[in-house]
Amino acid sequence: MPTPLPSTSISEVSDSKTIALQMEKVSVYYGSNLAVKDVYLEIPEHEIVAFIGPSGCGKSTILRCFNRMNDLIPSARVDGRILFDGEEITGKRVDPVELRRRVGMVFQKPNPFPKSIYDNITFGARINGYQGNYDELVERSLRGAALWDEVKDKLQESGLGLSGGQQQRLCIARAIAIEPEVILMDEPCSALDPISTIKVEELMHELKERYTIVIVTHNMQQASRVSDRTAFFNAVATDQGGKMGYLVEYNHTQDIFSNPKEEYTRDYVSGRFG
Amino acid sequence: MKTDVSSRVVDKGQKQSHFTANLGSRYTIDRIFKYAAWGATGVSILILVWLLVTIVADGIGTLNWNFITSFPSRRAENAGIIAALVGTVWVMCLVALFTVPLGVGAGIFLEEFAEDNWFTRLVEINIGNLAGVPSIIYGLLGLAVFARIMQPITGGRSVLSGSLTLSLLILPVVIVSTREALRAIPNSLRLAGYALGATRWQVIWSHVLPAAVPGILTGVILALSRAIGETAPLIAVGAAVFISFLPEGLQSQFTAMPIQIYNWVGRPQEEFHYIAASGIIVLMAMLLVMNGVAVYLRNHFQKDF
Amino acid sequence: MTDNVTGDIAPGSWSPKRDRAKAIQTIVKIIFGSFAAISILTTIGILATLIFETIEFFKEVPISQFLTDTRWTPLFASKQFGIFVLVSATMMISVISIMVALPLGLLSAICLSEYATPRIRRILKPMLEILAGVPTVVYGYFALLTVTPFLQIFLPDLQGFNALSAGLVLGIMITPMVASLSEDALYAVPRSLKDGAYALGATKRETVTSVVLPAALSGIVSSLILATSRAVGETMIVTLAAGANPTLGFNPFVPVMTMTAFIVQITKGDAPYGTIEYKTLYAVGMTLFIMTFALNIFSFWFVRRFREKYD
Repeated sequence: MPTPLPSTSISEVSDSKTIALQMEKVSVYYGSNLAVKDVYLEIPEHEIVAFIGPSGCGKSTILRCFNRMNDLIPSARVDGRILFDGEEITGKRVDPVELRRRVGMVFQKPNPFPKSIYDNITFGARINGYQGNYDELVERSLRGAALWDEVKDKLQESGLGLSGGQQQRLCIARAIAIEPEVILMDEPCSALDPISTIKVEELMHELKERYTIVIVTHNMQQASRVSDRTAFFNAVATDQGGKMGYLVEYNHTQDIFSNPKEEYTRDYVSGRFG
Repeated sequence: MKTDVSSRVVDKGQKQSHFTANLGSRYTIDRIFKYAAWGATGVSILILVWLLVTIVADGIGTLNWNFITSFPSRRAENAGIIAALVGTVWVMCLVALFTVPLGVGAGIFLEEFAEDNWFTRLVEINIGNLAGVPSIIYGLLGLAVFARIMQPITGGRSVLSGSLTLSLLILPVVIVSTREALRAIPNSLRLAGYALGATRWQVIWSHVLPAAVPGILTGVILALSRAIGETAPLIAVGAAVFISFLPEGLQSQFTAMPIQIYNWVGRPQEEFHYIAASGIIVLMAMLLVMNGVAVYLRNHFQKDF
Repeated sequence: MTDNVTGDIAPGSWSPKRDRAKAIQTIVKIIFGSFAAISILTTIGILATLIFETIEFFKEVPISQFLTDTRWTPLFASKQFGIFVLVSATMMISVISIMVALPLGLLSAICLSEYATPRIRRILKPMLEILAGVPTVVYGYFALLTVTPFLQIFLPDLQGFNALSAGLVLGIMITPMVASLSEDALYAVPRSLKDGAYALGATKRETVTSVVLPAALSGIVSSLILATSRAVGETMIVTLAAGANPTLGFNPFVPVMTMTAFIVQITKGDAPYGTIEYKTLYAVGMTLFIMTFALNIFSFWFVRRFREKYD
């Protein structure tokens, strides 16, 4: 199989939407290993964009560039330009702590803090100097995450006492409590049962009204159900025996699944590999 | 200078931000916290340096061959550590003699043979508890059992009683480190042996134990280095503080380096404090060598599975 | 597999001595099992001697007097046995030591697990281990002959033997224990939890103090309790530096006598079996044992009760 060259020209959003997040020739290195190469990507406001692809293709790595979580890995290095609302967010001049207040994140495994439900929600608000009423914030956030009715009587109980699906919605509530503009979701349903998954997916449709959402998923049905646009990543083996990811194709979800331009995409969405 | 990204949102008038992140003062506290963490580590290490420097400065002047080879004396300038040094070597050899078979055997039993029954659980809980018993309590046990009840065998307040007491003290340490060394041997090695029709014990004796020897030895040496640094249990069992002969047998009276150092530190004359420091240098040098050997064994012979 | 089956499938030159191998294994197992039982015998021995001699002691000294007397004079003509005199000294010195070891140990643990790079960590950890391996008699020397004269520069009222120096140096001695056990607890906090805090815009210090420390709290508290237990049972530092003057009260500037120091004082001399001094030894030992045992059990219980479970 010939080594495919990373595509560069298919990543632009053609319709006249405001762009929330943008990547220009972004590459990520772990030490000297090139993990993801030359990604160009534009993510419009108030849409859900799904990242799909086989494991090891760098989709989570790219997602973590948007809130600079890769800064926490000492060996990681990010090249290229990443823009948020038209402003560059890479480099020393931008403080990742400040950025992460505006770009929230939900992780693969629910990771509530070992505190009460109430304190889980207010933690981010407290450290970021929230000026409003905390009780209202807790209720608003939990309602926003469709969890209020289930937990309103036990706000002082530990967040770890909830079921897996409830924990993940608590993490979503925690993320929206700091009023971000973007929510990044890294396989948010992979540890959940089908019913909880559906609840989270329904929630995403509501959240879309107010937030831009980028979701990494290994589940193609989920991508086709929830997302407006889909980016398909693939990986090639490198000479050093590692894997290098790249963006193959980025388009409206409908087109990716019914009318992909690239052969790899077609093979992947039809389940021939991955 | 960091760009204030959030203020820009307010400027655009799209959204009212409810947050005043106040990063400046937060980062100030961050820095203070970080300095405190490094400072605490630094203080601990500085105190270690202070301790070592003091002892070397106090003791190096009186540390000479005469000091090593002389018996204690009422006059500090004639006093030496030979009785204590030989006593410590006696104790160390006897403790090794008792704890290696007992500790390694018990470790093998718990790790390789024991089923999960009440006896095993009792032994495990018990070993955990024994680790928390103050060493002076072992001394009281030794005084009652080895020095008094078993006096016909041990000769009372003898080098044998002291060694038996210290053996009980470090036995749990040897058992635990033996188990850890055995646990590090991959199961595939055992399965390979069973597949050839060997019994469990044959596999342990000819394959598992040889592979675990460096790990076990490391644990034993570290446990012994703890034993020879112990003072309180030996005082309780009745190590003598003024001995001008070397131990002649198991039932002989004895002294040991920590006891000798304790005795010298406790005297009012300053000259004895200097030779106490000299004694500490000898003791610490011994411990350093033992720890060095243990680290060497761990790094060079422990195979990576 | 029995012998005749073996014979069926392995004819000719194969004659494994399976019965013998199995017999050896059984014997080895019994011997090693009895070795393991020695640890139980040790505990029984400790309990038996302590209890036996303590009962003998209470035959002569009423327990009420033991618990309520305010003087400790077992070597005087008019003997009084107020154990609280010794307990108060032990408690005061332990509290001082924990006041040193808590900040130093916990902050060192945070430094090692959160701030030090792996390379620096590889240098710092062995140094703390050296600190933990220094024999206690050496710390006693340090406390009596170095720290006390040093403190007397600033505190002229400080006597030659005092609880303060002993407590401070004891605190240094248990710091590596607190640091090492707390670091294990901090290290066990899952990465995902820290990521969750960072993703909400927390700084490193906020992540550590608000998320990592609470998540590791059970382990940290239990390490402190174990360290306290070690401090209560420590002997040589307090014997050398704190003196041998049984006084009731909590003045750290004057000589006091701890339970362990009393045991050393009596055993150092020749306390013949059957005398009241000999029995007193075990009554004090029993008190010490109960205190440390209670602390150890409490620490164990605390971890079990409050440990957060992450899968």
